[in-house]
Amino acid sequence: MLKLLKHLKPYSKLVVGVLILIFLQAFAELYLPTLMADIVDVGVVSGDTDYIIRVGGLMLLVAIGGVFCAIIASYLSAITATGFGRDLRSRVFARVESYSLTEFDKIGTASLITRTTNDITQVQQVLLVMLRMMVRAPMMCIGGIIMAVSQDAELSRLLLIALPVTAVAVAIFIRKGMPLFKDMQQKLDKLNLVLREKLTGIRVIRAFNRVEYEKERFNQANLDLTATAIKVNRIMAAMMPLMILIMNFTTIAIVWFGAIRIDSGAMQVGSLMAFIQYAMQIMFSLVMVSMMFVLLPRAEVSAVRINEVLQTRPDIVDPEQPEILYGQKGFLQFKEVSFRYPGAEQAALENISFSAGPGQTTAIIGGTGSGKTTLVSLILRFYDVTSGSILLDGVDIRKMPQEKLRAKIGFVPQKAVLFSGTIRENICYGKENATEAEIRQACEVAQATEFIASRHDGFDAVIAQGGVNVSGGQKQRLAIARALVRRPEIYIFDDSFSALDFKTEARLRRALKKETAGATVIIVAQRVATVMDADQIIVLDNGKIVGKGDHQTLLQTCSVYREIVASQLSEEELA
Amino acid sequence: MSEDRQGRKLAYSGHGRRHFGGGHHMTMPAEKAKDFRGTLRRLVIYLKPHRLKLLAVLAAAVLSTVFSIVIPKILGTATTELFEGTMLKMRGVPGAAIDLAYISHVLLILAILYGLSFLFSYVQQIIMAGVSQNTVYQMRRDVDEKLARLPLKFYDSQPYGEILSRVTNDIDVISSTLQQSITQLITAVISMVGVVIMMLIISPFLTLIAMVTLPFSLLVTVGIAKRSQRYFTRQQKELGLLNGHVEEIYGGHSTVKAFGREREAIKKFNEINERLYEAGWRAQFISGIIMPLMFFIGNIGYVLISVAGGIMVAWRSIPIGDVQAFLQYSRHFTHPITQTASIINIIQSTVAAAERVFAILDETEESPERADPVIISRPKGEVRLEHVRFSYQAGIPLLEDLNLEVKRGQTVAIVGPTGAGKTTLVNLLLRFYEIAGGKITIDGVDIRDLRRGDLRSMFGMVLQDTWLFNGTIKDNIAYGREGATEEEVIRAARAAHADHFIRTLPEGYNTVLNEEASNISQGQKQLLTIARAIIANPAILILDEATSSVDTRTEVHIQKAMAALRQGRTSFIIAHRLSTTRSADLILVMDNGRVVEKGTHEELLARNGVYADLYNSQFSAARLDNEAV
Repeated sequence: MLKLLKHLKPYSKLVVGVLILIFLQAFAELYLPTLMADIVDVGVVSGDTDYIIRVGGLMLLVAIGGVFCAIIASYLSAITATGFGRDLRSRVFARVESYSLTEFDKIGTASLITRTTNDITQVQQVLLVMLRMMVRAPMMCIGGIIMAVSQDAELSRLLLIALPVTAVAVAIFIRKGMPLFKDMQQKLDKLNLVLREKLTGIRVIRAFNRVEYEKERFNQANLDLTATAIKVNRIMAAMMPLMILIMNFTTIAIVWFGAIRIDSGAMQVGSLMAFIQYAMQIMFSLVMVSMMFVLLPRAEVSAVRINEVLQTRPDIVDPEQPEILYGQKGFLQFKEVSFRYPGAEQAALENISFSAGPGQTTAIIGGTGSGKTTLVSLILRFYDVTSGSILLDGVDIRKMPQEKLRAKIGFVPQKAVLFSGTIRENICYGKENATEAEIRQACEVAQATEFIASRHDGFDAVIAQGGVNVSGGQKQRLAIARALVRRPEIYIFDDSFSALDFKTEARLRRALKKETAGATVIIVAQRVATVMDADQIIVLDNGKIVGKGDHQTLLQTCSVYREIVASQLSEEELA
Repeated sequence: MSEDRQGRKLAYSGHGRRHFGGGHHMTMPAEKAKDFRGTLRRLVIYLKPHRLKLLAVLAAAVLSTVFSIVIPKILGTATTELFEGTMLKMRGVPGAAIDLAYISHVLLILAILYGLSFLFSYVQQIIMAGVSQNTVYQMRRDVDEKLARLPLKFYDSQPYGEILSRVTNDIDVISSTLQQSITQLITAVISMVGVVIMMLIISPFLTLIAMVTLPFSLLVTVGIAKRSQRYFTRQQKELGLLNGHVEEIYGGHSTVKAFGREREAIKKFNEINERLYEAGWRAQFISGIIMPLMFFIGNIGYVLISVAGGIMVAWRSIPIGDVQAFLQYSRHFTHPITQTASIINIIQSTVAAAERVFAILDETEESPERADPVIISRPKGEVRLEHVRFSYQAGIPLLEDLNLEVKRGQTVAIVGPTGAGKTTLVNLLLRFYEIAGGKITIDGVDIRDLRRGDLRSMFGMVLQDTWLFNGTIKDNIAYGREGATEEEVIRAARAAHADHFIRTLPEGYNTVLNEEASNISQGQKQLLTIARAIIANPAILILDEATSSVDTRTEVHIQKAMAALRQGRTSFIIAHRLSTTRSADLILVMDNGRVVEKGTHEELLARNGVYADLYNSQFSAARLDNEAV
């Protein structure tokens, strides 16, 4: 939390303003009982009506001053806290956008989302509470003590007992309550988990006739949660009444000892009345301070997570002196490339060498975990190679700006991701200033024209967030159109036809062949039918190249390839 | 990080979010229930079993409040005694002294009253903790049991995040309202009445002065609440947009990078962020001044009473202790007003939350089971469909007069393009949905004459969506049949070709699958679901061949395992492989949700229809290539 607070720097003047204003406001608040004591001890005792009204007027002025300070403080603290939240969010988002996939994978998408949204909101909210209440509480506490002592130093000794008792009581509640709160949160999470599993697996549960079992599982979690919740609430039930009890007994003590002092003439009644109010304010502020102990740990968890994001720096940065490309267009070369995911024991890719040129289709096939997608990610420089090098038109891709590199590539990822917006906007994601004709051409090739036309608004049909209103196959076709519209030097299709039926896929591949004729094409695939007609097929197994060549050659030379083929085609089709 | 998974969508679903820091409830817009009275009545029914306890709570609340109300007045008498004593002394009246014995007497009474007040409010909280938690326990349980009785149609129409949010967030809102707000409301109302009475007893004139501030507090409350609600609504909206954008951009991180669109993403983020800030600080500012303003109004009352009271004491028309008591009462008086306003707001959103929960409880359930269900003790697995009609939506018929006869041990392949409705038949066989006409029989028995559980236990299912739960591999396999032994689990795993990979895992069969089951691969998951189906030992199998994200080696295993599983069982296969369809006894070709062709491989090829088309297209590209060579 403290580390994050350094981002408050631009707001330091405002924070100081808040502190001063709240101090003034607390002072005004604390001054009122003293004035009231004056009314009693001077005005009432002497029956001086004028004096009473004069002091009353002064009290009103003090109250007005107080509320004035409070309003401005509220304004400043609102601006400070929300501004702080805004800056932090902006900083975190920009940082995450600079991440390569290494950093992104390390923290995880879901966690990054939480950190950018919930966590920052949490910290912002706590900051606001701190600026408003937590700053005020200690001021009221200290101010209250000063005022109490000034009213009657002798009687103030009572506070020496009352305050520690309050503090200890608060501490006990925090110690007992906090672990239970955590416990309860965990049990709530567990209940959510059980329920979520039930909802997502409803078909399986019913098919296997395990409804009763699931009911019991939920009931257990439910019972468990309820038991803990009752325990927590019972402990918390005692807290406020007990605090009030302590305060009230303090009042009794004050009145008793005050009475003795008044009897001996050492104190006046008005002072006693003021003193009681001070004592209450002091003890109440102690309870408020205890809130800080409840709030801070929560914010602390969030703060730590936000800090982690801000402290993680991307591995992949643009070179300071980029090399200029010349000559060939889209000539890709892998030179003894090895790659190991951070922390992994085994290399994901080992000693990969091949080249792919314009007008050529290179297919990559292999089992899951054989490194196909990793290989593709390296071309896009989502990760940097561990050893060896990848050259594009003779230049190491680490020596060019990432933007320039990626601008040369039309990438269709395994999981087609669309963004909320119209179909047109989604296709223009590939090329911002694409013309109508280019868009239509791309869709035609991607076999998307038909279903786009069937939509009510055609190209202006809106894709919902996460692309939930289009089917998997449609998503893939749009993702392909998006890559095509770029007319890049290199096309990369990472298992991009998996959601298409055979017929559509066949048509698509035929159209693609013409469209991508002059470009370098890399296709990652699972289906043999998809790769059969490639100029060169690279067979990956466990991160190594175990075969390279065309379909016929590989059938003869590569056992892994034969095995893959055998699992998909029958004898006659092989012949 | 459990809070990540807990569903970030939920956190922003709008309702049920409690903010710390007082005063917000009044200023945040409350959702309104559609049928407030009806819902409230139902909520009360939930509390009925606890009515004795609630009566006790009510009694305790009344008592503790009454005590706390009389206390200032009694304390006042001590102050008065002190003041009178000093005044007498000051005037030099002989023998004048403060009657310490009297004061000690008063203080003793006070101590007892304070003690009792503490006791009663404590008891009230304790009982309420039990009542509220047990009530929401019952509510969660009811919802859960209801969910088990709801047809799948319901699940299709409801995103599960929505259901989840009702069971957790909404019920949570109800829980904390029961715990706190109800007793607070009782206390607030009683104090308000009690305080007014006490004030009137002490001095009608001072009461009148205190009342002067009342319209101001109402004005401030209403006026500010209205304004701040507007900004809170806007803030909530922008926050929703911002979250949506973040989810989308982070979710598509590699796509954003690949197309070099980071800058645009940041630009859009900053735009939304700026708007969020604009709405946010206004909302916070306005809701932040409500408390100081209320304090201020309270202080005006305080000053007025101090002055008027002081003058009255000076004129000897009222004892000073009463003024002191009155000052305390006037504080108590403005407090419950603010409190009541915010509690009413809370109760409104609680009833709205309860309404959403009750909406689930009101959903139409699956049709009840027959009273005297038929039991098939040794299922053979003969399936017949006679004149079956079905539609998901009224008016859009999908199946019309479908007839099908599957003998024991036969294989039916269902083929068709993505989205052709291949799972429809599965849904009907398992009676996830009810048919609109005709009948489906198993071994000659109409499936509607069977208990759903008995019907489904005749089936084994391996779906594309490999649902596994957060538990050990052993438990996940054993899920297929209740009471399966460890030995049976291992045997099933072996048959499913899963034993090998399971043993390579660090914990073997005791490996705990994490929540997304991401610690094993998709193919491995599929093998586990096959093992699960094997252990169930069903008479009829339903298999989905789609293994798009599985590597070929594992795929070979899966195919082998499926073949082994199919032996001697009637099977329905959602086929993606021509080798499967070729060997099937019957092929159903589906398109647009309808069965368009039916027959064996040869018959369908001869017909030269949709199936032939589908079959030929798979290798057309390869052929093109071959022709070119």
